[in-house]
Amino acid sequence: MTKISLTVDGAQVSDEVEPRMLLVQYLREKLGKTGTVIGCDTSNCGACTVHLDGRSVKSCNVLAVQADGHEVTTIEGLATDGKLHQVQESFRECHGLQCGFCTPGMIMQSVDLLNENPHPSEQEVREGLEGNLCRCTGYHNIVKSVLHAAGQGSTAGAQS
Amino acid sequence: MTATAEAPAAEIGQERRRKEDQRLITGRTRWTDNLTLPGMLHLAMVRSPFAHATIVSVDTSAAKAAPNVIGVFSGKDVAEDQGILINAWAITTDQVTPTHTPVAVDRVTFAGEIVAVVVARSAAEARDAAELVDVEYDELPAALDLKESAEDKVLAHPDLGTNKSAFWKFDSAEAGTGGNVDEAIEKARGDGIVIEREYRQQRLIPAFMEPRSVVVDPTGEQLTVWSATQIPHILRFALAATTGISESKIRVIAPDVGGGFGGKLQTTPEEWIAVALARRVGKPVKYTETRSESLMAAHHGRDQWQKLTLSAEKDGTVTGFKVELLADLGSHVSLVGGGVPVLGAFMFNSIYKFPAYQFSVQTVLTNKTWTDAYRGAGRPEATYAIERIMDELAVEVGVDPLEIRAKNWIKHEEFPFTTVAGLEYDTGNYEAATARAKEMFGYDELRAEQKQRREAGDRVQLGIGISTFTEMCGLAPSRVLGSLNYGAGGWEHASVRMLATGKVEVVTGASAHGQGHETAFSQIVADRLGVAFEDVEILHGDTQIAHKGLDTYGSRSLVVGGEAIVKAADKVIEKAKPIAAHLLEASVDDIEFSGGRFSVRGTDQGLAMADIALATFTSHNFPEGVEPSIDSDATYDPVNFNYPHGTHLCAMEVDTETGRVTMRKYVCCDDIGNIINPMIVGGQVHGGLVQGIAQALFEEAVYDDAGTLVSGSFVDYLLPTSADTISFEIDHTTSPSTTNTLGTKGVGEAGTIASTPAVVNAVVDAVRHFGVNDIQMPCTPERVWKAINTSSATGGTTEGAAMPHFDESEPGQSSTEGAGA
Ligand code: FES
Ligand code: FES
Repeated sequence: MTKISLTVDGAQVSDEVEPRMLLVQYLREKLGKTGTVIGCDTSNCGACTVHLDGRSVKSCNVLAVQADGHEVTTIEGLATDGKLHQVQESFRECHGLQCGFCTPGMIMQSVDLLNENPHPSEQEVREGLEGNLCRCTGYHNIVKSVLHAAGQGSTAGAQS
Repeated sequence: MTATAEAPAAEIGQERRRKEDQRLITGRTRWTDNLTLPGMLHLAMVRSPFAHATIVSVDTSAAKAAPNVIGVFSGKDVAEDQGILINAWAITTDQVTPTHTPVAVDRVTFAGEIVAVVVARSAAEARDAAELVDVEYDELPAALDLKESAEDKVLAHPDLGTNKSAFWKFDSAEAGTGGNVDEAIEKARGDGIVIEREYRQQRLIPAFMEPRSVVVDPTGEQLTVWSATQIPHILRFALAATTGISESKIRVIAPDVGGGFGGKLQTTPEEWIAVALARRVGKPVKYTETRSESLMAAHHGRDQWQKLTLSAEKDGTVTGFKVELLADLGSHVSLVGGGVPVLGAFMFNSIYKFPAYQFSVQTVLTNKTWTDAYRGAGRPEATYAIERIMDELAVEVGVDPLEIRAKNWIKHEEFPFTTVAGLEYDTGNYEAATARAKEMFGYDELRAEQKQRREAGDRVQLGIGISTFTEMCGLAPSRVLGSLNYGAGGWEHASVRMLATGKVEVVTGASAHGQGHETAFSQIVADRLGVAFEDVEILHGDTQIAHKGLDTYGSRSLVVGGEAIVKAADKVIEKAKPIAAHLLEASVDDIEFSGGRFSVRGTDQGLAMADIALATFTSHNFPEGVEPSIDSDATYDPVNFNYPHGTHLCAMEVDTETGRVTMRKYVCCDDIGNIINPMIVGGQVHGGLVQGIAQALFEEAVYDDAGTLVSGSFVDYLLPTSADTISFEIDHTTSPSTTNTLGTKGVGEAGTIASTPAVVNAVVDAVRHFGVNDIQMPCTPERVWKAINTSSATGGTTEGAAMPHFDESEPGQSSTEGAGA
């Protein structure tokens, strides 16, 4: 067991974890943060995407111990003061989800993408989301959601 | 008590934002795997690495000794509690159906089959212990190739003596719906055109994003099962039928379900095992599959060989179409898998007026993962065949492929039309949808560009692909399912309840997995009862709440489930009328209902639905004999299928030096009747398109010579990504269906059905001048390159042996007359 302490969605947490425990398992099983989900076992689907110090990572690809001393934001911590993040709003507005299983990962990835590049082209959005699989939407409305969020002014990507 | 309120604006047709989304975009979703119950134990499966082997021994001692292991169970242990999996569709009375135990007992029949189960305190400990189970196998030869298996070269189940499960045939001459196909072909060989082709429907994996998960709690008064399933009601029935527990003591909950596409239309070994072991250990248990397990052992789709013979007159008028299929069932006959090709049987003639038609299918057992429904189930296979071969006919006649279609399709003024397969198409307007699609596409300009590139010998060639389609959806009239020996009906159930506050609670048996039922159904109810969209709550996916239903598949939720809601809402209005009359002191005959208000004809006296609801709750002054309730139930059995149709046009660019294909443009115009929520419809179309495009270009479940699934992870099974796809242009024409009062048609499968042939037609069209007339799916760069660089005019058509021939006179086969709608 290894001792870790980190910030998750703004709250300070300390824990003892097995060295082999993945960050996604830690979030889901130890903290009950089930908004982050697991879609594959090969780090291909992106369903588990969270932010580590503000940058998106696949949390099935990071050990919990590696998050020691860092700041993690999950889909559950994205809305602030009860107000949805612009990207969350855009996904609803543009029907960027159907079953919603890929959605937390998609949204976290999209927020990071817009932080990096607040005004992406359609092609840049498509390439930026390449690591996140969706089976329901055909990506059409996901791409639209991200472009819509980008068009919402300079605050679009700055809220996380 | 005066009428003042304005009638609310119509909800149907509005782009309402989805009610479902708030929880999904904030991560407050209830996935089965999120559930943790006190004392819950975890399961891990030990799966066979071999496609076919005798189980010599299963040594569980080391696993049993591992930390926190509660028990390790073999096939025999599980079979004692939970005998065999059920099959709901024997397509012939003599169908050969191997016994299917949830855990293999003495022999494994596909790589991934479960041979033992570990129960432990945590999922990680269960998985660790599963590694310690020592299974000794004696490998057997495996039946892998579909054509060879059809000839019984290697037996998937040696004890059965054959791999041939069932032979089913439809002949229009025998059914009285058309002429004799062999005569038509014979005649065309003399003075017309005969085109023969063989197409492969590769094996696909539904690959829903949420892995399957099941939690079983046996500790209460009842057995509670949470499962990521499309079919909670069917699952409850199946569990009750196999365990002997009363249905009322089994509660199945499908909470939020992360996609299905037919892949969760199954009663699975994993569910059976979880139920058996939870009951045995007396504690709640959970099993969540890994993605690799999912790809290997959740059912697959498609997997057919199609042998086609089309006859036509010299001018391109089709005179007959003969279809002979081989369908790979995999190791077992799954819940409805045997019937999937039969669903397709009625669709090979598609939108066309064929005078003669014959269809036959031989279903075949192999040592691969079992197959079953996958988005479109039978209809994509049919549409692919006919739309590919119509292109070949156009080439033969020397006309534009759109012209050959228009020459043969059912004209708008000919509806309703009884097809050669015996279905009655109620409405359709193929001319209108095609004209609109052509206009959106810029058809003539792209044809001109194609010609110019071809003449210039450009490295990158342009191809244009067409797919006109129709499907039968809204499964299904119960009597039709009965005539096809299906083990359930096709009705759906709904309850509409007025609450005391004026809110409405609607219960539906159609259990959603991403389609947006809560939103679309709310819109229907809001309009019907004249209440606010926000005041309607849709309850589903829990057999204790939605006690009756037949669940979600085959684009049936709206057209069957939605219609049941309409009927229940209408009953609410009828039940409320005498109460309104009583409260308004008028005669029932004078009560009118519109815009959410009951009013006395010719006066300004009226009451809102909410007033009646409150009065019913208090029921202070009701005369004797008036039931203080306006809640109503309805069970609706559709009178017919409905028939969405459309025209899809696709432009593909093909790099002739590398074989790489790139989608340039995709437009479609679908006619799905009246639309409840255009935004949701758009989403369904986009998602469907990409699933169909994926079959054309990317996806294939590949086994090696030993029967191991090579495409066993998302590294090798290529789901398209955002970078592989483009944005689509979609539009609609409308010929409202006459088979439901909403005038709607199903949409969930349309995109998938239509897009596969559109894309392959485009790829072939781009390189036809190299002598290519077919490329086997998926059209990978390698296959496209090979097709271009093979001088033979048959391109990459056939791989492997010719199709074996079967007919009803062969021993062990029987024919069942097809039953039309
Ligand atoms: S679960 Fe992390 S990438 Fe799939
Ligand atoms: S919305 Fe279902 S997987 Fe993306």
